[in-house]
Amino acid sequence: MTRLRNGFAAALLLLAIWQGLIWVLSPPKFILPSPALVAETMWKSRALIGEHALITIYEVGLGLFFGTLFGIVTAIQLATSPAARTLLRPILAFSQAIPVFALAPILTLWLGYGMLSKVVMAVLIIYFPVTSAFFDGLMRTPAGYLDLARTMGATNRRILWHIRIPAAVPSLGSGLKLAAVYAPIGAVIGEWVGASKGLGYLMLLANGRAKTDLMFAAVLVLGALSMALYIAVDAGVTRYLKRRES
Amino acid sequence: MTTGVGITVTGQATGLFPALSLPLRAGAWTCLLGPSGVGKTTLLRLIADLPAHVDFSGDITAEDDQPLPGRIAYMAQSALLLPWASVLDNVTLGAKLRGNRADRDRALNLLSRVGLADHAHKKPAALSGGQRQRVALVRTLMEDRPVVLLDEPFSALDAKTRAEMQELAMELLQGRTVLLVTHDPSEAARVGHAIHVLSETGLESVAPPNAPAPRAVDDPETLTATGALYSKLRGAA
Repeated sequence: MTRLRNGFAAALLLLAIWQGLIWVLSPPKFILPSPALVAETMWKSRALIGEHALITIYEVGLGLFFGTLFGIVTAIQLATSPAARTLLRPILAFSQAIPVFALAPILTLWLGYGMLSKVVMAVLIIYFPVTSAFFDGLMRTPAGYLDLARTMGATNRRILWHIRIPAAVPSLGSGLKLAAVYAPIGAVIGEWVGASKGLGYLMLLANGRAKTDLMFAAVLVLGALSMALYIAVDAGVTRYLKRRES
Repeated sequence: MTTGVGITVTGQATGLFPALSLPLRAGAWTCLLGPSGVGKTTLLRLIADLPAHVDFSGDITAEDDQPLPGRIAYMAQSALLLPWASVLDNVTLGAKLRGNRADRDRALNLLSRVGLADHAHKKPAALSGGQRQRVALVRTLMEDRPVVLLDEPFSALDAKTRAEMQELAMELLQGRTVLLVTHDPSEAARVGHAIHVLSETGLESVAPPNAPAPRAVDDPETLTATGALYSKLRGAA
């Protein structure tokens, strides 16, 4: 509750600064529209913004799902096979050295202007944090558990399934929280590079037509959606981990 | 009832302990006492065939000449309960890890023998330290092995709980060959059928009190033995 109140206070402060700038500088509205104008545009264009927001939400959701899935599978592969570790780890590290942004035009070229290139973008951007968080967790199984399992005559596969994976779930949770922050970034970058739908596309469109108020509205909606996603994932992970042990 | 098998450990670990011979009598409690860092736990891990990260040369043999792996159960200072699994799932972990069907009736029966019947479906976080060690003891019993290795399993408990756990463990592990690694002289004097003190110079056998174990903590003979072990430890350190 305190967090909610603090968040609300921070939003009010930002709003006050924004309104203050409008009063002091009185900039033209295509440079900096007033909060009231943005709110009005947001309400008037709610159908338009909603339509594009839905697309972005869809892309982010699919990206999160598949990025997490691939990340989990890769982490398990890496944790169980030393051969995979020696081979895949350098590739993973190298792939992270290339900014995902740089790949966006290529993805659009290959996969087209539709949703797929954006989903792949989101998958790529969250794949590494999910993989590395979960992998770290899998490699940090408390030694005592492994000793115990060994004296019980367990096979490596059963140790993985009954001990290492469940013990790494909190680490996977941290990876998921990061993924929730990154996934919208991936989708919006994809939309910027080439799209006909989505909030990123709407921002560019509004910007090109000097509809700065609409662009601000789209940015605010995107920000609110990303924040809601993070809060939901954070709360979900925290609640799950708490319930699991009580 | 599973009966114990005798084991003899002979050998040395470079840089840790010199050549020694540690007999574990069948069906008896052997206490291995010594200051921290002399290799008590290493010795136990060698018997358990766990990674000991030490250069050991020697033999660990059972008196029936059968291989040891698969005949040993292990219990540590930490209860090592999986926090996400219920008490019942924790005590049947061994069966699950071997791909066998868990004997839930036997688990519930043993849990009620240690007074935890009502806690079977709780998670470890809901239990006290003493209760957790009782769960670990039941998990050890579920393994039903002739040899049980205890690595300071009671040392994190308060005095009263520790004494109760010692009695409970002696009762439930009766007939099995038990090695108890401990740094507590009074614990060794209470429960040991045989007591060995490990130091940098080697292993020294100390005669346990005559009374049957578990002995009363305040029995004069137990107290004398505790005192003697204390002086040995201080000399050894």
